[in-house]
Amino acid sequence: MLQIPCPWCGVRDEDEYRCGGQSHIARPALDSSDEVWSDYLFNKDNPKGVHYERWLHVFGCGRWFNIARHTVTHEILAVYRMGDPKPTVEGGAP
Amino acid sequence: MKRYSIFSLAAGALTRHRRWEPAWRTAQPRKAYDIVIVGAGGQGLATAYYLAKKHGVRNVAVLEKGYLGSGNTGRNTQVTRSNYYWPESAAFFDLSLKLWEGLSTELNFNIQLSQRGILTLAHSHHELDALQRWANAIQVNEVDSLVLSPEDIKRRVPLLRLDGRYPVHGGFIQPRGGTSRHDAVAWGYARGASALGVDIIQQCEVTGLAMQGDRVTGVETSRGPIGAGKVMLAVAGHTSVLAAMAGLRLPVVSMTLQAYVSEPIKPCLDTILLSPVVHMYLSQSDRGEIVFGGGADAYPSYSQRGGVPVLQDTIAAMIELFPAFSRLRLMRQWGGIVDITPDTTPLMGPTSVENLYISGGWGTGGYKAIPAGGDTMAYTLVHGAPHPLIKAFGLDRFARGALIDEGAASGVAH
Repeated sequence: MLQIPCPWCGVRDEDEYRCGGQSHIARPALDSSDEVWSDYLFNKDNPKGVHYERWLHVFGCGRWFNIARHTVTHEILAVYRMGDPKPTVEGGAP
Repeated sequence: MKRYSIFSLAAGALTRHRRWEPAWRTAQPRKAYDIVIVGAGGQGLATAYYLAKKHGVRNVAVLEKGYLGSGNTGRNTQVTRSNYYWPESAAFFDLSLKLWEGLSTELNFNIQLSQRGILTLAHSHHELDALQRWANAIQVNEVDSLVLSPEDIKRRVPLLRLDGRYPVHGGFIQPRGGTSRHDAVAWGYARGASALGVDIIQQCEVTGLAMQGDRVTGVETSRGPIGAGKVMLAVAGHTSVLAAMAGLRLPVVSMTLQAYVSEPIKPCLDTILLSPVVHMYLSQSDRGEIVFGGGADAYPSYSQRGGVPVLQDTIAAMIELFPAFSRLRLMRQWGGIVDITPDTTPLMGPTSVENLYISGGWGTGGYKAIPAGGDTMAYTLVHGAPHPLIKAFGLDRFARGALIDEGAASGVAH
């Protein structure tokens, strides 16, 4: 069971949360090509290592936040709010 | 290759089983091959086998970082079926099922195919409507399916509780669906491919791709560089990691899918039973164990362990449907890394990098596709263009918006 620290509620079990996938994906310009839109919509970094991702505290405060988590060990290396810049984390590419 | 038969078995018994040959050669890597396949799982080995058997391409190596069949091929729950919704999927997966039906003879290796049927349950009136639509679509695809009443289901699965928390309103069965022995599939293809001249090289991890401009020319491995005319990636959950070595980003998220096995008991369940809504499916192995699984862990992961919440949910659902199984002891639990695409349809064929091919995106249902995946990818590698049956499964479908949104791909939602 992952213990995930919500920035507002503190540490709770993983089944109070829902993972929203990769974070920091920038929306392309409206007149972008189909390839660029396809990349934005579907392609993912999917790293074996540090992953920057969004989580929703669905059975808690109902708010979104970001975490940096290692996808092999599941160790949570940073917790930060939506809109905050991507932190540099030891052991992973920024 | 020494053929297996009742006579070879008797001869083996008379010599106290001391004279059996290894099923495949132990190969050392050569400098270069026409085709290098990364990953000695079912897909990679089947592709190598059909390259040699059907196309005469024998200068082929299959590289494996661990031991043969140690990834998802040896971790899945052995279900074969072709009860898909969309015509593109049904045509491909039914070819696979037809190949499964002749595979023991083809490989001269008993893969223990048991077509005991796969039965999907509906727990509400509305779900039954949706299942009937699904069952009709399967029939239109010229694949077998049969809608069942609760009474039919009770007759087939006496231990199932029909009036509990998840009442059974009906369901449908694909009678040709079944189980087989996953290790035997890997071993059978490896033995066949090796006998035809394919080098299967274990303990050989690919650490990089050798590139010349926009073209792949070989692979870097833990046992030195190996040149290749063409490279195919068949690495399941690590598809993104290997593709990144060629600078490719893919529409794939890797997740952990768990499976569980109980202690063995007497025969009590002679079909595969699946409930999409409560996220649980189960069958009984030939050894008597109850083999079951559920949804994937709900976040990206490269861990082959699996978390507790999904384990709890899956067991709770199973016990609700089969109260008798609450007395069983859980013998083993494990996880495999599955590469899930947005439409749960595989990624197959050439890539934007010249000479680099992918057989991936198999998600939670690649095992059943092993024979057809190998057959069509062998054709694709030889012709440099996708086999007609997998044309719709190419990487270009996302930019074209031509997704094959296959809700039936995993049977349960992931």
